[in-house]
Amino acid sequence: MTDIHAKEQTNIKFTVESLNLFYGDFQALNDINLTIEKNEITALIGPSGCGKSTFLKTLNRMNDLEPNVTINGNIYLDSVDVNKDMDAIELRKRVSMVFQQPNPFPKSVYDNVAYGPRINGIRKKTQLDEIVERSLKQAAIWDEVKDRLHKSALGLSGGQQQRLCIARTLALEPEVILMDEPTSALDPISTMKIEDLASELKKNYTIVIVTHNMQQASRISDKTAFFLLGNLVEFDTTITLFSQPSDKRTEEYITGRFG
Amino acid sequence: MSTHKTGTLPSAKQSAFQKFKNEYFWRYLIITCGLFIILLTLGIGFFLVVKGSGTFTEFHHSVWEFLFSSDWSPMDSTTESGGGVGAAIYIFGSISTCTLALLFVAPFSITSAILMTEIAPNSGTKIFQPAIEIFVGIPSVVYGWIGLTVLVPFIKHLFHPKMGGYSVLAASIVLAVMIFPTITTVAADAIRSVSSDYRKAAYGMGSTRWQVIYKVIIPAATPGILTGVILGLARAFGEALAVAMVIGKTRAFPANILSPTNNLTAAIASDMGNSATGGEQNMALWTMALLLFIISIFFIFLIHIISGKEKKKHA
Ligand SMILES: Nc1ncnc2c1ncn2[C@@H]1O[C@H](COP(=O)(O)OP(=O)(O)OP(=O)(O)O)[C@@H](O)[C@H]1O
Ligand SMILES: [Mg+2]
Repeated sequence: MTDIHAKEQTNIKFTVESLNLFYGDFQALNDINLTIEKNEITALIGPSGCGKSTFLKTLNRMNDLEPNVTINGNIYLDSVDVNKDMDAIELRKRVSMVFQQPNPFPKSVYDNVAYGPRINGIRKKTQLDEIVERSLKQAAIWDEVKDRLHKSALGLSGGQQQRLCIARTLALEPEVILMDEPTSALDPISTMKIEDLASELKKNYTIVIVTHNMQQASRISDKTAFFLLGNLVEFDTTITLFSQPSDKRTEEYITGRFG
Repeated sequence: MSTHKTGTLPSAKQSAFQKFKNEYFWRYLIITCGLFIILLTLGIGFFLVVKGSGTFTEFHHSVWEFLFSSDWSPMDSTTESGGGVGAAIYIFGSISTCTLALLFVAPFSITSAILMTEIAPNSGTKIFQPAIEIFVGIPSVVYGWIGLTVLVPFIKHLFHPKMGGYSVLAASIVLAVMIFPTITTVAADAIRSVSSDYRKAAYGMGSTRWQVIYKVIIPAATPGILTGVILGLARAFGEALAVAMVIGKTRAFPANILSPTNNLTAAIASDMGNSATGGEQNMALWTMALLLFIISIFFIFLIHIISGKEKKKHA
């Protein structure tokens, strides 16, 4: 068993096996099985309330913060069970999250990006400077903020704030970045910038992105998972899922006939 | 009201009346009340300025003398003058007791606020919050009385000061207990109103709970916490009765925190009633009241600066 896994897993970041999640008595995820590959963008699509965010949060155990959540099944990150054999804090440093509403801290641009390195114990100014600059450049926002690093991040536009939040995440040097509808609060140009950024980042990171935007999913993702009422209806390469969906419900959803 | 009689085409008129009743009536009532409050405040300020400036205009003392001299020997009659009106002892008494009270209580208040909002929000809202609100409603004489019967003997027993337990320490502790609920509730509100987006962001990057509290929530809530501290300080400065009961009312600078002294409010409260209206002492007491008024205006001004900065930051 372990041998087979070891062979397969060279390119696999997450393996999810028969995952069920309950909020109290309500079952929000129903027997989910899928794998997420390294250096790919995996898109999660589906109508509102189908469990996309819930699933995304199981990947870095953000659900631990909510009361009355029960999870069974297994999630492996590099073949280590995240629920049984990993500390949630460590997990979230490796698998970090970007949210729908840009949520920079009410601190300076610099302090936002330096937050992660600082909680990891990095104190040296030169080292922090370097991480901040590198992260902001990676997030394609350096040119826009380099002259105002020490001003409040809340003065940035929504699109800039979201790229700052991505920079803040990158500063932690995670392995996986989870994005929950990162562009739904943004204008088209900011959206495009974030999409370009995601495509660029997948060279070094694994990305899982929730989106309501079919075009976005087809533009940037390698694999797409379609959720409906807590079930994973279809999971395939994005090209296949959008051109020849094998499930009728998938087809109806992507052609806009419901949802 | 004629609309009711005509009956056939009342709707337009009636709705105008209704509109007046629903909108303008309340609006004007509120505006009137608001103006009244503003006038009242201005009136009090004006009255205090007129009364309190007599020391400097009528009796020709200097502001310097009033603030920094400790020679307090004003004449208590309408005909004589020429005594000293140095209020430095009272001013120092107020400042030292309030500062100490703040030093004692701020760590407790802020820790409690964190505890009831972040660590145990359930029992915080169910038990802690109501308990604290009860504290706010207790009249100050009760605090003073407990100070007098429990705290003063206790200090005496513990340290054997020469003058008994009446002391700066006793006054500071009573004040600290009195302002604890104010600071705690305002600070807790400030912490609660920190956007949960910040929490999510911090947890989503692998922060521990302590890091979330210490590095994200407290900094974001700092203006609100400071507002609570200033409100508490303002309350401490204005408190007379409870302090008067335990401070020892001795007109001397305290040698240490175990010595008795006096403060502005206690002096005003105990001497104002017996002083001859318009006399030097009476005027000097008014000047002390004016000083308290200026201090509280200053505190309110500080709160506005803090919250104004905060708004600017979020704009
Ligand atoms: N903390 C919670 N407690 C109870 N039920 C919850 C909780 N969070 C989500 N749910 C429920 O679980 C289901 C899935 O929610 P989830 O937020 O994962 O949906 P989603 O696919 O992300 O929807 P959207 O596209 O609107 O963001 C919904 O029915 C929702 O009402
Ligand atoms: Mg969602």
